[in-house]
Amino acid sequence: MARAFTPKVVTANDLLEGDVIYLTADDRWSRDLAEAELITDEAHAQVRLLDAARQANKIVGAYLADAVAGENGPEPTHFREDFRRTGPSNYAHGKQETTTQPRA
Amino acid sequence: MYRYSEFDTAFLAERNKQFRAQVERRIDGSLTEDEFKPFRLMNGLYLQLHAYMLRVAIPYGTLSSAQMRQLALLAEKWDKGYGHFTTRQNIQYNWPKLNDVPDMLDALAEVGMHAIQTSGNTIRNVTADHFAGAAADEIADPRPYAELLRQWSTDHPEFQFMPRKFKIAITGSENDRAVIKAHDIGLQLVERDGVLGARVIVGGGLGRTPMIGKELSDFVAFDDLLAYLEATVSVWNQIGRRDNKYKARIKITVHENGIDTIRAKVNERFLQVRPQFKGADMALLEEIKGHFAAPDFRQGSVASFESAYTNDPVFRSWVDTNIAPHKNADHAIVTISIKKHGATPGDATAEQMRVMADLAEDFAYDELRISHEQNVILPHVHKSDLPAIHAKLKEYELATANIGLISDIIACPGMDYCALATARSIPVAQEIATRFDDLKLEHDIGHLKIKISGCINACGHHHVGHIGILGLDRAGVENYQITLGGDGTETAAIGDRTGPGFAYDEIVPAVERIVNTYLEQRDSPEEEFLQTYRRVGMAPFKAALYPEARANAA
Repeated sequence: MARAFTPKVVTANDLLEGDVIYLTADDRWSRDLAEAELITDEAHAQVRLLDAARQANKIVGAYLADAVAGENGPEPTHFREDFRRTGPSNYAHGKQETTTQPRA
Repeated sequence: MYRYSEFDTAFLAERNKQFRAQVERRIDGSLTEDEFKPFRLMNGLYLQLHAYMLRVAIPYGTLSSAQMRQLALLAEKWDKGYGHFTTRQNIQYNWPKLNDVPDMLDALAEVGMHAIQTSGNTIRNVTADHFAGAAADEIADPRPYAELLRQWSTDHPEFQFMPRKFKIAITGSENDRAVIKAHDIGLQLVERDGVLGARVIVGGGLGRTPMIGKELSDFVAFDDLLAYLEATVSVWNQIGRRDNKYKARIKITVHENGIDTIRAKVNERFLQVRPQFKGADMALLEEIKGHFAAPDFRQGSVASFESAYTNDPVFRSWVDTNIAPHKNADHAIVTISIKKHGATPGDATAEQMRVMADLAEDFAYDELRISHEQNVILPHVHKSDLPAIHAKLKEYELATANIGLISDIIACPGMDYCALATARSIPVAQEIATRFDDLKLEHDIGHLKIKISGCINACGHHHVGHIGILGLDRAGVENYQITLGGDGTETAAIGDRTGPGFAYDEIVPAVERIVNTYLEQRDSPEEEFLQTYRRVGMAPFKAALYPEARANAA
C-alpha cells in the first residue's frame, strides 16, 4: 500500500545568494518558511514542483520538504529543515542576521 | 615557498577566465544547473545548506604571510569576516555569493592560490606533514615532491573523470603527522643506499568503509616515483568500481582484488608508463627543491626564552603543549591553537589571520602552515621570539594551550553548514571543550584526540580519533555513535564502536564517563588514553557507558 501523502512545501536555494527559499501560494520565493504554501494534495505538489523547476535561472535544487501547519504558517518536521530555515547554530549568520525566527 | 612560474600564472588566469564566463552563462540562463554543476565543482564551489561554499586549496598546508593576508581579505570582502580551516589543509568560505566567486578566484590568483580540484572525482589537494621542513625527525622535506604532485595532478587529462575522488598525503618522517594510512595513497619518504624515495601505501580511507592502507611498495626511488604513482592511479581508474559510488574508492579495489594482485597490475602498468617519463619530472623536482630551501636560521641567545619559561607559568604551560622540537636546536615549531574553548574548531577571523601573518613575517621567516588538525603553525621560530609571539597571540585569543589535549578537537562543519551532514558536530565540540575547561581536568587528562564527524563520510576523521564521535540521523533525531582506540599515526588503527549511540544531550556526559574511566584505569599519569585503552580494552568503558546493560545481564 502506498504511504499516505504528508503535507509539503516547495523549497530550493536562491541561485545568486545560495540562501534557502520557499515557494509561496502567490508564486513568489520567500526566505521565510512561514510564508510558504503548505501543500496537502499530492498531485498539486507535483505541479508546484514543476512550476519551481521551470525557474532554473533563479533557483537551484527545488524539492518537496515535509512540513506541518503551525500557528504562523508551515513548520518543519525534521531537524534538517529546521536548520535550513534558521541558519547555523554556532553563529547568528544567514537568516538570523535579518529576521528573528524562534527555534522549534 | 613555491613561486609560480609564468606557466602557472597563465594557466590559472585562463582557468579563472573560463569559470567567470561559465558563471555568467549560468546566471543569464544559458547553462542549466546540471550543466553548470560540474564546472563549479571543478573550481571548488559547492552549494551547501544555507549558501554556497568555496573551498580553497592550501597545497601541502603551506602559506606565506601575503597569502594568509589575502585569505583574510577574501573573508572580509566577500564572506562574513572569517574562514574555516579543514582537515585536508584547505580553507572554506561559508557565505560567498555566486557572482562574487570569479572575483574571489582572481584575488587568490594574485597570491598564487586556487580552488582547482578541491572537489570532484579528481586527485585532490595533496596534503603533507604540517611540520615539514622543520621537524627534527625528518629525512627530507616532503613539500617539493608534494608540489611536483600538484603540478602533475592538476588538469591531468587521464585523471579528470575517475571512479571517485583521490587523496594523496605525504610525510618525510617515520612519525606520521599526515595520516598517510588513511589516504588513497600515502607516501613516506625513505632513504635507501643514499637514494631518496618513498614507501607507497595504498587503499587507506575513512568514510563508510574505513580501511588502513596497505604497503604497495617498501621503496620506490624518486626517479621512478611519478611513473609508479601514475601507474597506480591508472590501474584503479580502469578497474575501480564505477557501478557503485560506495565501492568506487581505491580502498575497495584493493580490498576486492587483494594487494598482491594490485601490485602485479601496477608493476605491469609501470613498465608501460615508465618510458614516457624521460627525466623532465626530475629536472622540475630539482628546480622546485630550490624554492623550498631552508631559511637561513638566525643565531642568537635563547636566554630570554629560558627566563620567561622559568618565571611565567602561563607562558610555560603554552610552551609545554604548543611547541614542538625543531631540527635547529635554537628554534622551535609553534602550533597556534584556533580551538579556543567554546569556539568553532578551525575557524579564524580575518583579524586573527592578519595577526598570524604579521607574526610569520616578523618572527617566522614568512612561513605558515595549516594542519589537518585544523590549527595554524609557525614552523620556524627562534626561541628568543617565543615570549613576544605568545604575548601577541594572547591579545587575539590565539594563545590557548591545548594542542593534543581533549579540547583540540577535529570537527567537520556538520549539519550547521554541510548539505551531506546527518547531525551537528560543531556544537558537540564546543560543549566538550567548554565542559572539560570548566572541570580544569584537561592537562591532567593529557594527550587525547577527539574527532567528530557529522555524517558517515568521516571528514572529521572520527575513525582515527582516540575517541571518535559520529553524528547520525536516527528516525529524525540526532544520534551519536562513539568509537574508541582509533589512531591516525604510524600505528594507525580504526576505532572500535562502543555500542548503541547517544542522543544530542547525552553525548557530552558520555564522553565524560569515558574520560573518568580512563582516569580510574590508567596505571600512572604518564599512561596516555590510547595506551590505557590498548591495555584494558573496551570492557571498563562499556560498563561506564551502558550501566543498565550490565544491570540487566547480572
